[in-house]
Amino acid sequence: MKDKQVLPDVQPEKTGISRRNFLKTLTGTAAGIGISQMFNPALIQALEKGLQRHPVIWIQGQGCTGCSVSLLNSVDPSIADILLKVISLQFHPTVGVAEGENAMKHVYDVANEYNGRFSLVIEGAIPVAHNGKYCILGEIEHREITMTGLVQELGPMASSILAIGTCATYGGIPAAKGNVTGATGVMAFLKTKNITTPVVNIPGCPPHPDWIVGSIVHLLESGIPELDYDGRPKLFFGNNIHDNCPRLEDYDEAFMSMSLSDPMGCRMDVGCKGPDTYADCYKRKWNSGMNWCVDNAVCIGCVEPGFPDAMSPFYEPAY
Amino acid sequence: MAGCKPQTEPAQADKKIKIAIDPISRIEGHLKAEVEVAGGRVVDAHITGGMYRGFEQILIGRDPRDATQITQRICGVCPTAHATASALALDDAFGVELTDNGRIARNLILGANYLQSHILHFYHLAALDYVNGPDTAPFVPRYTQNDVRLPKELNDVAVGQYLEALEIRKILHEMVALLGGKMPHVQGIVVGGSTEIPTREALNAYAERFKKVKKFVLEKYIPLVYLLAGPYGDLLKTGVGHKNMVSWGVFPLDNNGNTLLKSGVYTDGKDYEVNPAMIREFVKYSWFEDSTTGLNPTQGKTLPDPNKRGAYSFIKSPRYNGKPHEGGPLARMWATNPALSKTGREKLGVTHLRDIGDACFSILGRHVARAEETALVAMAVEEWLSQAQPGKETFVPADIPQSAEGLGMTEAPRGALLHYIDIKDRKIANYQVTSATIWNANPRDDMGQRGPIEEALIGVPVPDAANPVNVGRLIRSFDP
Repeated sequence: MKDKQVLPDVQPEKTGISRRNFLKTLTGTAAGIGISQMFNPALIQALEKGLQRHPVIWIQGQGCTGCSVSLLNSVDPSIADILLKVISLQFHPTVGVAEGENAMKHVYDVANEYNGRFSLVIEGAIPVAHNGKYCILGEIEHREITMTGLVQELGPMASSILAIGTCATYGGIPAAKGNVTGATGVMAFLKTKNITTPVVNIPGCPPHPDWIVGSIVHLLESGIPELDYDGRPKLFFGNNIHDNCPRLEDYDEAFMSMSLSDPMGCRMDVGCKGPDTYADCYKRKWNSGMNWCVDNAVCIGCVEPGFPDAMSPFYEPAY
Repeated sequence: MAGCKPQTEPAQADKKIKIAIDPISRIEGHLKAEVEVAGGRVVDAHITGGMYRGFEQILIGRDPRDATQITQRICGVCPTAHATASALALDDAFGVELTDNGRIARNLILGANYLQSHILHFYHLAALDYVNGPDTAPFVPRYTQNDVRLPKELNDVAVGQYLEALEIRKILHEMVALLGGKMPHVQGIVVGGSTEIPTREALNAYAERFKKVKKFVLEKYIPLVYLLAGPYGDLLKTGVGHKNMVSWGVFPLDNNGNTLLKSGVYTDGKDYEVNPAMIREFVKYSWFEDSTTGLNPTQGKTLPDPNKRGAYSFIKSPRYNGKPHEGGPLARMWATNPALSKTGREKLGVTHLRDIGDACFSILGRHVARAEETALVAMAVEEWLSQAQPGKETFVPADIPQSAEGLGMTEAPRGALLHYIDIKDRKIANYQVTSATIWNANPRDDMGQRGPIEEALIGVPVPDAANPVNVGRLIRSFDP
């Protein structure tokens, strides 16, 4: 899959940003600064000049809309710039104006018009039990459209699929122990249907807006980013949280937090799953660089395929 | 096309037309509305919740403390409310009493998210029923006749505010993160209080951001809501519903049960104190096992039966004292009956919310209540900021009890929220959630009574079956 580069309507040279410089931009980040800040203004201008907005169909299965809400927190480009300048969000159940049959028919119209040239964004898990009955998305002429059905129909038509959030990537909480709905992540589901469209996994509960925006822009600029074993862009999920934690020194000196509100020390004794977790939260931080889980409490490993079961109990040490 | 094409020719007084709208967009989750229209008005309605995840089953057997994290993932718009309800249930079960600073920190986290949720709901979900966005995706396609009545200048102002509100709601999430770690899904709300002891710097950063928010709420959001009452004045007279309200109360002002937004039940024109024993959840028309119908949440069972005949929703039907009740800003404001904002007093010529009277129980009335509540919570946030003490403990450690029960009742931005936990052998033996949208968007109960949104749809004008604009307006006024 890594070899299969997808360039929807776009050639890198059009934007005047080389892949090398772009990668440098993406990785060269300072603590507390969202890297998407560095996309602006050059990238946005380039996108404005060189591109048609890329058609995106965004569907939601078993999720909480938290991934979409997280995307709204993108700093730079702002969500307004993303919507009006970067992508053409043809369908989104929470943001889009259309409803009812108008909306569902539009989904199919767009998929047919841009067959092979649009991205399908999937938020939420796909419940396969009872013929997909656990998640109904809409209807056309009294035909009920389920999440399983729509992914099966649109998946092969898309040029790329972005699985956004831990529910969509690995099943997440809906697929945790005790689930009765057959909740499944996107790649696992597509495999059962022999759908080979390339998938980028952007896990997180929710994902950081930079991970979503960065992956989309990478896709438009230079194709599918390099992915790790779990299908995640190495760019964002390549490094271990504990090994890069600003509190690593505390750990080395066995200076451990005594309680959840103890501002000092390494958090491992109060449950931090940083050692099992690969993501760049330690330098990117959250919500415009305001804070992050480890400074506030503990990491619960929300970007990992085993979340939540492998990370639970959240407030007991992993060792 | 059920959605927008009449199945028969234009409405005649005696002819019924069935219209199905699925999905109802610009809400959190999956919802379908099926209405029958006769004589240009809705005469019957069925609301379907089309998604089930099974949180209740997934929670069984886990460490009770994990519930504050897991249940937040029920709703990405109001995770802090689920964290709060869960933490309250755990506080109850663990027998822990919060420090003042812990209570205030929780209020500051939940308060900022309340403001975020109401602003997001009005501008980014509901407003596009009244305002035309730019002629580009995701603002098109829209109904061909969408009944937008604003003059161009005012429409432009509203679109400008839509964009500005995106920035304001982002700032509000920054405020949540300053004390809650990150947003959506905070780390900071746990059993025993809040994990991050506020520093002077964090409080200053919060306060600095809050100034912009307050200005926006008072100078933009509230005036715009009242402005809509001009061209859309008829929407203050439709969408009444059962006129029964529940509020569990939210934002504790002390450890004795006093809250900023009051608890209270309003049934058939009379006020009552809340008694959780009066809640029963019915499932005759829900895709859950019939044997589980009529239970109080403390006895609750959530066992799906997705192929059950006659059922039409994954939402249970909670009833208070056997009757359907509406939750949300209107219910809370009705229970609290606070003084209105300066703009509200000027526009309406009355001083308190209940003075507005029957116009409250309407499509626009719910938006007015939500906007007024936003102002009220904003004022309270300012007060809590002045009470928060830098460096003072926010967290009280407590051991997991061998066995215990806990009840957490609070209010999500969209309505009454209840979490119940039963702990056995230091693990979760039963966990039940009765969330806000469950109160509003439920189907008929075993007695045949419609759910609150179903009932509120009755009488709503649908003059043009191809463009059932008011159905969406009514549903979104509940913020489901």
